[in-house]
Amino acid sequence: MAEVDEANKPLFAGLSDVSISADIPVEGEITVPVSSPSQDDEYSTLDEPVKDTILRDLKAVGKKFVHVMYPKKSSALLRDWDLWGPLLLCVTLALLLQGGSADSKDDGGPQFAEVFVIIWFGSVVITLNSKLLGGTISFFQSLCVLGYCILPLTVAMIVCRLVLLGGTGPASFAIRLILVIASFGWSTFASTAFLADSQPPSRKALVVYPIFLFYFVIGWMILTFAPSHGAGP
Amino acid sequence: MAAVDDLQFQEFDDAENLLAANRDATTISIGDPSSNSQKQRRVTSATPREEDDDLLGHDDSDKTELLAGQKKSAPFWTFEYYQTFFDVETHQVLDRIKGSVLPWPGKNFVRLYIRSNPDLYGPFWICATLVFAIAISGNISNFLVHHGVPDYHYVPEFRKVTIAATAIYSYAWLVPLALWGFLMWRNSKVMNLVSYSFLEIVCVYGYSLFIYIPAAVLWIVPNETVRWISVVVAMCLSGSVLVMTFWPAVRDDHRKIAIATVSAIAALHVLLAVGCKEYFFDSREAENPKTDGAASLTEKIAPTMKNHSM
Repeated sequence: MAEVDEANKPLFAGLSDVSISADIPVEGEITVPVSSPSQDDEYSTLDEPVKDTILRDLKAVGKKFVHVMYPKKSSALLRDWDLWGPLLLCVTLALLLQGGSADSKDDGGPQFAEVFVIIWFGSVVITLNSKLLGGTISFFQSLCVLGYCILPLTVAMIVCRLVLLGGTGPASFAIRLILVIASFGWSTFASTAFLADSQPPSRKALVVYPIFLFYFVIGWMILTFAPSHGAGP
Repeated sequence: MAAVDDLQFQEFDDAENLLAANRDATTISIGDPSSNSQKQRRVTSATPREEDDDLLGHDDSDKTELLAGQKKSAPFWTFEYYQTFFDVETHQVLDRIKGSVLPWPGKNFVRLYIRSNPDLYGPFWICATLVFAIAISGNISNFLVHHGVPDYHYVPEFRKVTIAATAIYSYAWLVPLALWGFLMWRNSKVMNLVSYSFLEIVCVYGYSLFIYIPAAVLWIVPNETVRWISVVVAMCLSGSVLVMTFWPAVRDDHRKIAIATVSAIAALHVLLAVGCKEYFFDSREAENPKTDGAASLTEKIAPTMKNHSM
């Protein structure tokens, strides 16, 4: 014990010397460098106007819409996914599929919630299916692609409603049939162009079939949409 | 089997000797099953024995057994566990569909096509397709029947999708569950030679529903004769596949119970087919407009609403 005390003495002595004998005023830069050059302001999204943020996101969504309309196996749709576009398309479609008047509850068409559930549940099931079959694509990328590829069908729905304003004869039905078939083919083609490469070739058909069924059902809902009775004469 | 074990022990113990004996076995890794079997063959050719053919014959079956064992090893909360149920290729699914449509006397569907690799892909998507096929073609046939009738307003009848989904998915899952439980119970009483796992039964039932998809499309034709013919043909084809599959599993039981089980399977199958046809494709509406359901409701509502709007 004595040895330890002796060994410690000079240490404590030194420490006390330092702390006591420091009568020099403390000097130096103690400010955090906050005021950096103005270059950083351009890259920070914290203090940019809300308008810019929304516009940038909308631009990203719009870019993906263009990709869906011209499917050329680009991976831009896969690299940075977002679910804003699918949500927008899904809500638009579900709203357009509603009958015009609120009191026609028995028009037999799909309700808002049914359309919503079919689109989201359907794309989740298709994604799980492709993952279970051994796909290499991530879950949300697949959801994003499937959601964005509803775009042709939503466009067809908008045109169908315009056609239905003109009348509900056989001619209007023929126009709607052609529209829906074309947009259904477009949707299926676009989504398989993005998704089929993530699968081993012997299982491609197994992955494409559910996608085909999914868009077929959505196409059917659009084709059979009948305007509410209030719109009649 | 003893010979295989002997050889493997020899191989791993005296690797040095073997390497000296045949140089070309050096680059083989242990983990790879195909190269392993090659190694075994080389070993046997180096030390010729009488059981060579026997051993080579067992080689493949051993490998498949091993792989089958490995497949089930993943715990059920992992994603890999569920991937084993979707481990099928396109041609396998097509073969299974063909097998479920064309019954061949004396050939067991499970042993011939499924072979210890039951998948859930087929049952799930066949059921989904059938749901929409029945709902959509029922809707079209309803439209065709009423076409030209004044005061008829077309309705998509989306409600039918929900009803069809409930009926078909509960048939495709609850009946196999009940059958599996029953077979387990019987197996504990009487030793049966053939026993099926739950997934195999689900798989058989799912694929047996495939034939109803083209049948449902045929039901669009508003002609009762065509409809009944297609119902009976579809029922006989897939029903016979079901009966032939499950007959071996109950054959060794008491005669009465075996016959009762098989006839219950057939009866449920007939019930589904006839029930779907009668519910979704009811052509009596044409003669008698006073029917229940959404169509008649809107027919009643439509004139009153027109009056209101005028």
